[in-house]
Amino acid sequence: MSDLLRHAWNIARKDLVIELRSRTAFVSTLVFTVLVLIVFNFGRDPTATAVLDLAPGILCVTFTFAAMLALNRAFQLELENQALEGLLLTPISRRSIYLGKLFANLAFVGLVEAVGLPLFVVFFNVPVGHVLPALAGLIALSTIGFVAVGTLFSAMVIRTRFAELMLPVLQLPFSIPPLVLAVLATAKLFTGRPLDESLGYLKLLAAYDIVFIGLSTLLFPATVEE
Amino acid sequence: MTLASRGRAVTVVALLLLVGVYIRALAFTPLERFQGAAQKIFYLHVPAAWSAMLAMGLVGLASVLYLLLKDPRFDRFAAASAEVGTAFCVVMLTTGPLWARPVWGTWWTWDARLTLTLFLFFLYIGYLLLRQAVADPGMRGRYSAVLGICGTVLLPFIHLSVYLFRTLHPQPIVLKPSAPSLPGVMLVTLLYSFGVFTLLYIGFVMQRYAVGEGDAHA
Repeated sequence: MSDLLRHAWNIARKDLVIELRSRTAFVSTLVFTVLVLIVFNFGRDPTATAVLDLAPGILCVTFTFAAMLALNRAFQLELENQALEGLLLTPISRRSIYLGKLFANLAFVGLVEAVGLPLFVVFFNVPVGHVLPALAGLIALSTIGFVAVGTLFSAMVIRTRFAELMLPVLQLPFSIPPLVLAVLATAKLFTGRPLDESLGYLKLLAAYDIVFIGLSTLLFPATVEE
Repeated sequence: MTLASRGRAVTVVALLLLVGVYIRALAFTPLERFQGAAQKIFYLHVPAAWSAMLAMGLVGLASVLYLLLKDPRFDRFAAASAEVGTAFCVVMLTTGPLWARPVWGTWWTWDARLTLTLFLFFLYIGYLLLRQAVADPGMRGRYSAVLGICGTVLLPFIHLSVYLFRTLHPQPIVLKPSAPSLPGVMLVTLLYSFGVFTLLYIGFVMQRYAVGEGDAHA
């Protein structure tokens, strides 16, 4: 078990170091996130719709799109110079490769969200100060499940035709439970309802995360074996 | 007799029995008191939904078996079942709105069960697209098995999460803890239609499986 996590950590660190050196993917994803927020702002009539009605949806949809963009690059990285073959030849478990990729993706998406959230607050003038810890936890819960499935799928689609198109088509149905639950819970938070009322949503989100991390870890070896 | 011709025979029998469903539904079941003639579509809609769900369940099962046993027959079966399931999904998604318009006053609503079946449809489409996008048969089998399993696990989650929104769809009337709450003659017609649609599913899958087998040997 400790080997599994240690190897996973090494893989994640490798990915993050590569990312840190160029920063292209991070900056592009961030710019994309900001642009989506801006586009959403012009997609509503401020005199007709209260921002609080739309804010939970805007936040969750933007982060879903950003995560999807980020996931495309996770295994794209390994296509260059047959790096994936090299990775598979190393004497480590396939599952730790998956977990490593998952950690790196989560760090990447989490960082984008950490910058995106304040911008969202500024753009849409939503008071989140008093619910920030709960909101952060909620976003984390909904991101984990989505990225867990996405990491698994991105390992498959890179070797298909039309990879960039295939990932959203396969993955968006899987974003529905996290998205719906996150929107419901965020709406409650924004309107000042106590956290207890969202407990059911949070439990279901956690269940989704656990089930799909487990399932993806189990299934990942099938996507890379030759 | 080849598998394809046996499948054709089963399908022909099922289609003849389907004529029986129409006759029973139109002439031998009473008009529902509140929904009127629109309710008749129930005898096609519910069994089609059943076949679509059955197909997806079997795609999931065949996917697990394929990954465990690596027998290409399971992969071919999953592919056949997914394609047939997509067809039943289309039947379900077209008969539903036809009924909903007069009874609910709207073609579509984001109700739990409607959303679930819409995503069932998109899962099928994604599954079939993925199959087309991978050329190598071994890789295609593994990839689609992974997606098939994930899709089957996803459906209960979609159901639970959209259920928390609200629901307008009629509640189950046959498969529920208490006794079925519809008159005997309607129940018999419905159960008969369930049988016919299951047989149609079997006939279609046999034919589609035979096509897949031909492709594999070509």
